[in-house]
Amino acid sequence: MIVKADLHIHSVISPCADLEMSPVNIVMRAAEMGLKLIAVTDHNSTLHGPLIRTLAEQHGIYCLYGAEVNTREEIHCLCLVDTEDQRQLLQAFIEQNITRIPNNPDIFGYQVVVNEHDEIVQEVDYLLHAALVKGIDEIAEFVHGIGGVFIPAHVDRPKYSVTSQLGFVPPSLSYDALEISRNTTVDSFKRNNPIKPNTQFIRNSDSHFLSQIGTSYTEYNLENLSFKCFKDSILNTGSSTVLPVI
Amino acid sequence: MTVKDIVDALNLKVYSGEAGLNKEVVGGYTSDLLSDVMGNAPAGSVWITLQTHVNVMAVATLKDISAVILVKGLEPEANTMAQSNNEAIPVLGTNLQAFEISGQLYNLINKK
Repeated sequence: MIVKADLHIHSVISPCADLEMSPVNIVMRAAEMGLKLIAVTDHNSTLHGPLIRTLAEQHGIYCLYGAEVNTREEIHCLCLVDTEDQRQLLQAFIEQNITRIPNNPDIFGYQVVVNEHDEIVQEVDYLLHAALVKGIDEIAEFVHGIGGVFIPAHVDRPKYSVTSQLGFVPPSLSYDALEISRNTTVDSFKRNNPIKPNTQFIRNSDSHFLSQIGTSYTEYNLENLSFKCFKDSILNTGSSTVLPVI
Repeated sequence: MTVKDIVDALNLKVYSGEAGLNKEVVGGYTSDLLSDVMGNAPAGSVWITLQTHVNVMAVATLKDISAVILVKGLEPEANTMAQSNNEAIPVLGTNLQAFEISGQLYNLINKK
């Protein structure tokens, strides 16, 4: 089955995301845009994963768990997992390793967890934009250790990307794919950045507003709608594939 | 002025790359964005940063950096030290933060 996927969506937990980015609204918009696979990847938080997965299932959409983790070098990386156990391990790892800075909502915005009625059930009091004390290599190792998928985010962007922070993609970095933004093409990125051959590229929306969801996406040919087949397509370890990203 | 002169004057720790301690130093550059250093650091600089990743050594080699100073007591990663030894570009350390060590290095270099 051909699956349209947007695996980089922020919810209201992210201080920079619009307050309309509630789980209910995200799923409604994802359905309108014809997405079948999504991931909520808040800054250093997985907390909206379970609710969004439940809501998404009612629309035949599968929601991966994960977060956009900020490494010690201030590189944003998509860390994607599947089971509730994996999500809790990732959440605990983030909470243990994030630099604790109190959030000032007037400056950075609110960081709230809401329920299916858009009622606030929790407010995160430390700044989710902060970096972890772990470097990118350690975070990749952790994510792989729990069976997750590790994808440096918007690698072409001039801030918070592996290229902006470390100058270039380290040949030794253990990544599963690279995410490029809508501002570049795979060919253009490869021309300017030496990278490992056979590197898998994907593109997502990095949505902070409802209207952005699904405006950039990647198509996958998956045997079935599951994390396993998604991972197979990324790692090229089965019959599932990522359709070419240009 | 050599890297060794700076190590002695500013009481820096030498982590690796001792073979490069006789390199000449003509200036300094303070930045934590490697893409910025790649674009702007002058050759012969001492580079002051908090980044400890092995890419630091690749950028230092590319830009002909004389030595790297890690601030705030940060220690280089193992592969960073290995690459520092390979390239004979010393990785040095201080407990001071970037503003303080930059000021001291600026004064030292401009005293001559």
